[in-house]
Amino acid sequence: MSDGTFILEMKGIDKAFPGVQALDKAQLRLRAGSVHALMGENGAGKSTLMKCLFGIYRPDAGEILVMGRPVRFAGPREAMDGGLSMVHQELNQVLKRSVMENIWLGRFPKRMGFVSHREMYEKTRAIFDDLEIDADPRTPVGRLSVSQRQMVEIAKAVSYNARILVLDEPTSSLTNEEVEHLFRIIVKLRENGVGVIYISHRMEEILKISDEVTIMRDGRWIDTEAASNLTVDKIIKMMVGRDLTQRFPPKTNVPGDELLVVEGLSGMYPPTCSDVSFTLRRGEILGVAGLVGSRRTELLETIFGIAHRAKGRIIKDNRPVNNKNSAQAIRSGFAMLTEERRATGIFAGLDVTFNSVIANIASYKKYGFLSGRMMYGDTKWVVDSMKVKTPSQRTHIRNLSGGNQQKVIIGRWLLTKPDVLLLDEPTRGIDVGAKAEIYQLIINLASEGKGIIVVSSEMPELLGISDRIMVMSGGRAAGILDIKDATQEGIMRLAAKYV
Amino acid sequence: MGLSLTSKERFKEWLLNYSLYFILGVLIIAVVVTDPTFLSFSNFSKIMSQASTRGIMALGVAGMIVYTGTDLSAGRILGCSAAISASLLQSVTYASRMYPGITEPLPLILPLILAILAAAVFCLLNAFGFAVLKMHPFIISLGTQLIAYGALCLYIDSQANGAQPLASLDQRYISAVNGSLRLGSVSIPYLVIYLAICSVVMWIIWNKTTIGKNMFAIGGNPEAAAVSGVSVTLNIFAVYVIAGILYGIAAFLEAGRVQSVTTATGLNYELDAISGCVIGGVSFTGGVGTIPGVLIGVIILQVINYSLYYLGVNAYYQYIIKGAIIILAVAIDVRKYIARK
Repeated sequence: MSDGTFILEMKGIDKAFPGVQALDKAQLRLRAGSVHALMGENGAGKSTLMKCLFGIYRPDAGEILVMGRPVRFAGPREAMDGGLSMVHQELNQVLKRSVMENIWLGRFPKRMGFVSHREMYEKTRAIFDDLEIDADPRTPVGRLSVSQRQMVEIAKAVSYNARILVLDEPTSSLTNEEVEHLFRIIVKLRENGVGVIYISHRMEEILKISDEVTIMRDGRWIDTEAASNLTVDKIIKMMVGRDLTQRFPPKTNVPGDELLVVEGLSGMYPPTCSDVSFTLRRGEILGVAGLVGSRRTELLETIFGIAHRAKGRIIKDNRPVNNKNSAQAIRSGFAMLTEERRATGIFAGLDVTFNSVIANIASYKKYGFLSGRMMYGDTKWVVDSMKVKTPSQRTHIRNLSGGNQQKVIIGRWLLTKPDVLLLDEPTRGIDVGAKAEIYQLIINLASEGKGIIVVSSEMPELLGISDRIMVMSGGRAAGILDIKDATQEGIMRLAAKYV
Repeated sequence: MGLSLTSKERFKEWLLNYSLYFILGVLIIAVVVTDPTFLSFSNFSKIMSQASTRGIMALGVAGMIVYTGTDLSAGRILGCSAAISASLLQSVTYASRMYPGITEPLPLILPLILAILAAAVFCLLNAFGFAVLKMHPFIISLGTQLIAYGALCLYIDSQANGAQPLASLDQRYISAVNGSLRLGSVSIPYLVIYLAICSVVMWIIWNKTTIGKNMFAIGGNPEAAAVSGVSVTLNIFAVYVIAGILYGIAAFLEAGRVQSVTTATGLNYELDAISGCVIGGVSFTGGVGTIPGVLIGVIILQVINYSLYYLGVNAYYQYIIKGAIIILAVAIDVRKYIARK
């Protein structure tokens, strides 16, 4: 375990971008053989600090010592040679190539100048056996589930014999069982003297796995404490710099008449949802719980018409709706916030105005042409009512934080005046402060009489804001719980019903 | 962007990003120093007239580049449409005209419409391959390029006297294309006015219509566009048909400008159009580009062409220099997106 020596020290790191001081004398000290959680709201500077460590950014000031020696890596490649490795939140993998080629990319084992597939296979196998990873090294990475892909990335990091391993939100797409597996791997690495920097928004998880916790806020170092001295509330307090007396805003919405009936809905191309039935009232928030792979996203996609429907009926306001594609779904009063914000939500290279108005674009026509004034007005409404922090409407959305991007996309959908909102992981990858704002927004929308379906992997979140919770398991609806009767244990039991 | 730099590094960065314009500036200065007569209104209006047809074509190609696609068939499509308008507008007194049956001059609008229709049909083929068959635009337009060339050769070969250039055009046609609008002492070539009109219309389409907005959405993030209710297929067809209309207009003007159409008409024009777009900042990474940018790009390219010719640079060297400039333009464009990560 930890012998107390610092394997990594970052001191007084400054980093400025045009208009923003991203890091202001940030620091981090990692002991060999320990797990060190790095926490902070989005935009607190965690990623920037890690990018400075790996030489992706060059710090303006400060000192980095690896095993006591000052270093300044010119790039990730050099950092890897120096014993550092990082598993990114967004997996960068060559999907069409095999698992083992992904792991040994750039340093294929060779025999007489030719790549030795046998050696590569055996080396990969050995690492997988050691880490109890169940995947064939010859499978193309694209065929693996996201969690398996994440494990492959960790195996890759291990294959570098890294002394310092950075895990950025490694559990965001893992099931509880897979998280346990990951933790076993981390413990094993810690025993081997590896220093692990663990970045996550999941507080309970962090308190469970880490030895020390460093908290950052606004690019500054706030505190480093032994995890045993910390509680979730203490961490949150330091992260946001204010007391969060309650993590969920009060429920002000009152469910009314029946708005939506879904009967026996099945997707066309498995794996997908099958034979799902439920109802949704006006002003109701229906939470959808389930393990990864329970096809909650597919359910929403099938309702919204971006996945093909094989069977079943969708009845809104007592009238069947077709929803053959997203344009029809929007016309019949549906809106959908997708899970993968970057991949299917934002137009990264386009500005806030464009990102706000695109789903509602046809309504800005005046004499056949788009009215800039109307688009400006609606974007202003989005920015003001969603409290989007942005320098201007012309700012490219890629320059906003995840939480602000999410608010713009929610605003985008509200502009289409929907009755039913389908929200898939609305708070994923968003910091605590912005999460609270999004919860408040969801409750406000329900109070206005909209029907809302929220898919989430965070059980406390579902318990905090839903009126009822539907639990999915193996593509089917395993049960619907009234919030009064819903407990974590009850949900877990249903979630495992058809696994 | 993204990286903060010392002032020296920032200067270097700035120098690199604008290096293309420096090189062009140097080139123009070199031409002017070598031959001060270069700086004349007549040379300027010559350059603008030459840029006109390719500019109109580039306005169409630019939309496909915004989609992260391209169009290799544009030049040959122009060839086909140019052959149609030229063949229908040969002087009725010319004995070996393609259609001896035409004894009364046709109204100019009719060949123009036919040229547009022919180009639109080829563009629909490209759109079908891209939007419906999900082919890469590079491949589908490569196929269309060959088909259009074959059609052009067959058409020109079908003349009673065999394959000969379609020439001796109707005088009305020639003056409608090559004439100028006299405003006091200055005269503005009609070709420049046509380019200006097309540019204004395209600016409106790109910035003030749902077609334009949806085009940028699809180019920027096709998945998000589909989720947002954008009909990707419909938009692709619309943008391609608009491109077809522009190719048709460009073809009609090109035939009148050169006053002769052969099987070589339009050869490699798409490369000039694509280069113009790229120099003008329409990025191959998709979702980025402006109409003024396209115009500037096309004009810059034409200035290079003309000044190399004016300096009497060997034609083979001209190719090498143009190639190098395109590579430089793309390298600078790509750099911008690397730095932003």
